[in-house]
Amino acid sequence: MRRLKALLVKEFIQMGRDRLTLAIMGLLPVIQLLIFGFAINTEVKHLSTAVFDQSLSAESRELVRSFRATGYFDIVRGAGSLEEMNALVQGGQVKVGIAIPPDYQERLRSGRQATVQVIVDASDSMSAGSALSTAQMVGLIKSQEILLRRLSPGRPGPVELPVDIRIRPWYNPDMVSSHYMVPGILGVVLTMTMMMITSMAIVRERERGTLEQLIVTPMKTWELMVGKILPYVVVGYVQLTLGILIGVAVFRVPVKGSLLLLYLLASLHILASLAWGLLISSIARTQMQAMQMSFFGLLPSILLSGFMFPREAMPLFFRIISNILPVTFFLQISRGILLKGVGLAILWYQVVALSGLLVLFLGVSLLKFRKTLA
Amino acid sequence: MNAVVARDLTRRFGSFTAVDHVCFSIPQGSVYGFLGPNGSGKTTTIRMLTGILEPTAGSAVILGLDIAGDRDAVKSRLGYMSQRFSLYDDLTVSENLEFYAGMFSLPRSVARGRIEEVVGMAGLSGRTRDLAGSLSGGIRQRLALGCAILHRPELLFLDEPTSGVDPVSRRRFWDIIYELAAGGTTIMVTTHFMDEAEHCDAIGFMFDGRLIASGTPRELKELLPGSSWELLSDHPMDLLEKLERRPGIVDASVHGRALHLQVESGWEDEVASMGANRIVPSLEDVFVHLVRKHRKERNS
Repeated sequence: MRRLKALLVKEFIQMGRDRLTLAIMGLLPVIQLLIFGFAINTEVKHLSTAVFDQSLSAESRELVRSFRATGYFDIVRGAGSLEEMNALVQGGQVKVGIAIPPDYQERLRSGRQATVQVIVDASDSMSAGSALSTAQMVGLIKSQEILLRRLSPGRPGPVELPVDIRIRPWYNPDMVSSHYMVPGILGVVLTMTMMMITSMAIVRERERGTLEQLIVTPMKTWELMVGKILPYVVVGYVQLTLGILIGVAVFRVPVKGSLLLLYLLASLHILASLAWGLLISSIARTQMQAMQMSFFGLLPSILLSGFMFPREAMPLFFRIISNILPVTFFLQISRGILLKGVGLAILWYQVVALSGLLVLFLGVSLLKFRKTLA
Repeated sequence: MNAVVARDLTRRFGSFTAVDHVCFSIPQGSVYGFLGPNGSGKTTTIRMLTGILEPTAGSAVILGLDIAGDRDAVKSRLGYMSQRFSLYDDLTVSENLEFYAGMFSLPRSVARGRIEEVVGMAGLSGRTRDLAGSLSGGIRQRLALGCAILHRPELLFLDEPTSGVDPVSRRRFWDIIYELAAGGTTIMVTTHFMDEAEHCDAIGFMFDGRLIASGTPRELKELLPGSSWELLSDHPMDLLEKLERRPGIVDASVHGRALHLQVESGWEDEVASMGANRIVPSLEDVFVHLVRKHRKERNS
């Protein structure tokens, strides 16, 4: 106990002396949350749109109004020719171009089909996606209106559609991206800090030669590991708390489930990330190598974990890889607790998976250290 | 009783043999100097004895315990100061000392007394609140030694403790070593300084991973063939070339403005007629002679 205490005291003093790292650890969750929370919005609205209206009729104006009313299209330019409209899309001044043919009004009135061309800049697939689906929707609704009017002329009152599909987005009814992002950022920031800091921890001692000095003391391998892990669990919880405070205060993220449960389960994620860092530390020979290896783990944590892109859309191979990333499971836990309000009865699988990863990482690094230290 | 007994201690790194069947013993309470050129296997030997490295073959008994057996039992009785005076630069002098007191599980009351004692002995008073990283070489070295002896080890390994330290600090450091030895601590120390080696009770000489000579400084000097002479000259290098291949000269080397000659018996008069004076050989002469002899043997 005396030895472990000495190791812990030393780590805390060193942590306190390294003001810059301390500041980074504190500011990281705050800044990341503010950046990602505000900037990342997967729902793309207000796409700048140019219209080339050749019909210039009441009908065509009504169609343009319908487009604008969706909120997805901001009509910013009128184009005088098809070439001009195409040039606007090509030049990036607008993302969407709508071309209405000269015979739009006549065709509608005579009961024939009128074709409206919508050009979407799909080089940005996310904005293209919402533009495409909304434009189709506008077309469909317009057609329905016209069809119904045609089928039952003179019938008073509104007409009911035969099938009415009502969609209710549960857990995030207003589809606010930041609600979805904040719990994810919490997980990613924790992984990032925990892994990077511990990956340096033991390599640094090796580089400075103090590790050799430690080996000749009666210290046990597990004492060194606990001494390196425990102080950063505290850091992890400080980050988590800061993150939740900002999430609630700035982004109004609902806390539907038990915060206590989230704090409890966060320990698994924090420990697993720390153990991952230790594993890197046991393999890397220099701090530079440790840094590079951390980055190697960091990108998949951001891209494959379901933080940014849905795992459901990934090929099987990558979904399997995402199963060894602690953050994959913590994302499900934090979103589950904060947004859905679910408890252990539902999250047990994630808890088991995280515990498994924790045991795996700790076990391998313990073995690896036994070898290098002894 | 011997504090260290090494038997055929061997360590290979791949195909390279860093330490090759080294045998020696160090009596309790003595100062054992470990000499040899860079890369001759001194540090590797010490790293095996301290338990940092595992020997590839051979064995060693430290304080009556086999190093292959229960290492932890012997660890609390060893002290080790590595080549680089590895301290925590971002901890103060007293924090470094307190840390190592903790690592050796010294009770708090005992630790306080020992730290005070070490601070006094190493001349660190007044600097206890300074960060270790801000200390000069000599003070860093004494602090590193202080950290290594807080738990009063029976056996102390010092790996080039005086490299990069000024002569005054070096002298001061050796005073501490004699004090420790007088108190019964066994000390094994590697060094490149021949004046330091002269003060050791016994010396082991490493070359190419093998222990090629060992004994007291006097015994080692007797290994030199013939007698030792010194010839002063303004152009010792020219003289060296002329004399090196002369019959009767076993060995010649330049020491500043002087040329040191090892002369076969029967040739003394001729050397004396050149104006050379008979000298007592230094360990440096022994060192140079041994290295040359073994290089020649290795290359042929």
